[in-house]
Amino acid sequence: MAGRGVGSGHYVDLTKFVQDNKVLDTMAPATVQFYSEYPGKSGKYWSIPAEGDAVGWSYRKDWFEDPKEMEAFKAKYGYDLAPPKDWKALRDIAEFFHRPDEKRYGIAIYTDNSYDAMAMGFENALFSFGGELGDPVTYQVEGIINSDKAIAALDAYKELYKFTPPGWAKTFFVENNQAITENLAAMSMNYFAFFPALINEATNPNAKNTGFFANPPGPGGDQFAALGGQGISIVSYSENQEEAFKFLQWFIKDETQKKWAELGGYTCNKAVLESAEFQNATPYNKAFYDTMFKVKDFWAVPEYAELLTALNQRVYPAVVGGEGTSKETLDALAADWTATFKKYGRLK
Amino acid sequence: MVTAVVTRLDPASRAASRGMSDLSIRNLFIIPTILFLIVFNVFPLIYSLGYSFTDFRASTNAPANFVGLQNYRELLNDPFIWNNFAITAQYVIVSVVGQVLVGFGTAMLLNRDIPLKGLLTTLLLLPMMLSMAVVGLFWKLLYDPSFGIINYALGLGTFEWLANPKMALYAVALTDIWMWSPFVMLLSLAGLSAVPKHLYEAAAIDRAGPFYTFFRITLPLVAPILMIAIIFRTMEAFKTFDLAYVLTSQPTTEVISIRLYKMAFQEWQTGRSCALAYIVLIMVLAITNIYVKYLNKVKER
Repeated sequence: MAGRGVGSGHYVDLTKFVQDNKVLDTMAPATVQFYSEYPGKSGKYWSIPAEGDAVGWSYRKDWFEDPKEMEAFKAKYGYDLAPPKDWKALRDIAEFFHRPDEKRYGIAIYTDNSYDAMAMGFENALFSFGGELGDPVTYQVEGIINSDKAIAALDAYKELYKFTPPGWAKTFFVENNQAITENLAAMSMNYFAFFPALINEATNPNAKNTGFFANPPGPGGDQFAALGGQGISIVSYSENQEEAFKFLQWFIKDETQKKWAELGGYTCNKAVLESAEFQNATPYNKAFYDTMFKVKDFWAVPEYAELLTALNQRVYPAVVGGEGTSKETLDALAADWTATFKKYGRLK
Repeated sequence: MVTAVVTRLDPASRAASRGMSDLSIRNLFIIPTILFLIVFNVFPLIYSLGYSFTDFRASTNAPANFVGLQNYRELLNDPFIWNNFAITAQYVIVSVVGQVLVGFGTAMLLNRDIPLKGLLTTLLLLPMMLSMAVVGLFWKLLYDPSFGIINYALGLGTFEWLANPKMALYAVALTDIWMWSPFVMLLSLAGLSAVPKHLYEAAAIDRAGPFYTFFRITLPLVAPILMIAIIFRTMEAFKTFDLAYVLTSQPTTEVISIRLYKMAFQEWQTGRSCALAYIVLIMVLAITNIYVKYLNKVKER
């Protein structure tokens, strides 16, 4: 998390480097904004997008392409069974495949609240529903994190939880990949970083039948995904800053990025991501390309973990325990966040 | 007896020939340990007491500001923190009572002449030799509603041990009972085998019933050592982290040390977490003191 490192003086200011080397033009803009810029929208940069990552989806192609299922789905919902085009379809498909009697379930989502897993999962809903965490410049959250759009997003995430396998209450990347490998769920949310394991037959018996899609748009057509991955910064205490700058200059070259992507790296380079060669290289690269131009992240402030704790404390019981209404939950969260921002003098 | 504690140096030994006295040998052994304790235990303890009155964050270079009792005041007014303490208390009671019942019961069963007693005792001790994190990960798989063996063996279908907010804490306590009952068993066994046989013979001659014998002879004589086991287990259960952290992430299982960990190492509220650590320390000390007082009373009998 850039905010904490920058606020503490651990990183070298890379604003000039970013401008001189046209990083804003060569990398997917959303990645530069969230990996590198701090404070939000300030035009100051502290890193170069390195390992791109975001939350995407895997699904069971064999379940989706089963003619009987396709027919039954169409009869029930009135449209074709295919990778979901929006969050409503995501919900419908999850409901359709949720068959506890057959030990098959609809969907696997993140619920672990030990750190940021559940927050990232909820963000996938929040951002695609057109909601926001708050204003990154003024730090106002009241009326934003508890807006109607945000409430609808939490309702949607809570509803998906109903279609998860039993005991889906502390789940992150391990469990969500297991949902596919153990034939538990039709669709599963996960970071792209964990998808290579799903196309490997040694680790996924369903490797041939596993497909991927980007986080679908919400009801208003907004489409975003929660960001993972890392930027690469120069440490301010380093005695080898000159060499580090040379490395970065080499690292951001198109050909380096291309080579890196070929070796399995998750590049943020625009040209590489847009190339047909990249998009066809793996079953999930196309979804990765679709996603990396539409990523958004959590708060990038030094006290982000306190904001995360509040989110976990409020949203987890709502999703997993079904406690309270989404409005009550998010009103309480808005109050918590407002108090935190006031404590750190960002809000008066 | 006292003289035997400090043995006289043999005048013919190599140490004596190098001109070392009893005292210098003793210091040679003790001083490194004391230094180690001061550097790694006493110093951090005092240092963190200082931090608990500041808004220090270990993740930044910003200087620590003195805030007086603010951290303590805010922590003790935080309903979430009180909830964490309530959860911890519930966990300690369930877990320690369970361990004493199971551990002491097993010890009673083993305290007789049975074949392969030594092997049996050793095998029963295995759980407590495992790492907490490993036990947690294994039990997470055992509890799994889709492929866990516990539901399969008990025919519970898809019963949600860990996903059910009400059940989760008991599931963690159950794992703790499985892991640490052997510890109580081991100490109880030592206590039981030390009860003089002639007391039982006398009781038998007086035609005392099994309950009378248990409550008037066995329990009072084993009580001191059982109390020691309970003190240890209470302290450990109060500090429990690994099992609860690995097994579930329910708000209903967020014991105080998990909250402390998040505050200290995810939120980097170093000053405030030092204050919380001190609150926990004082509580553990207070509870232990009650036990120790009681232990001394039991010993006097």
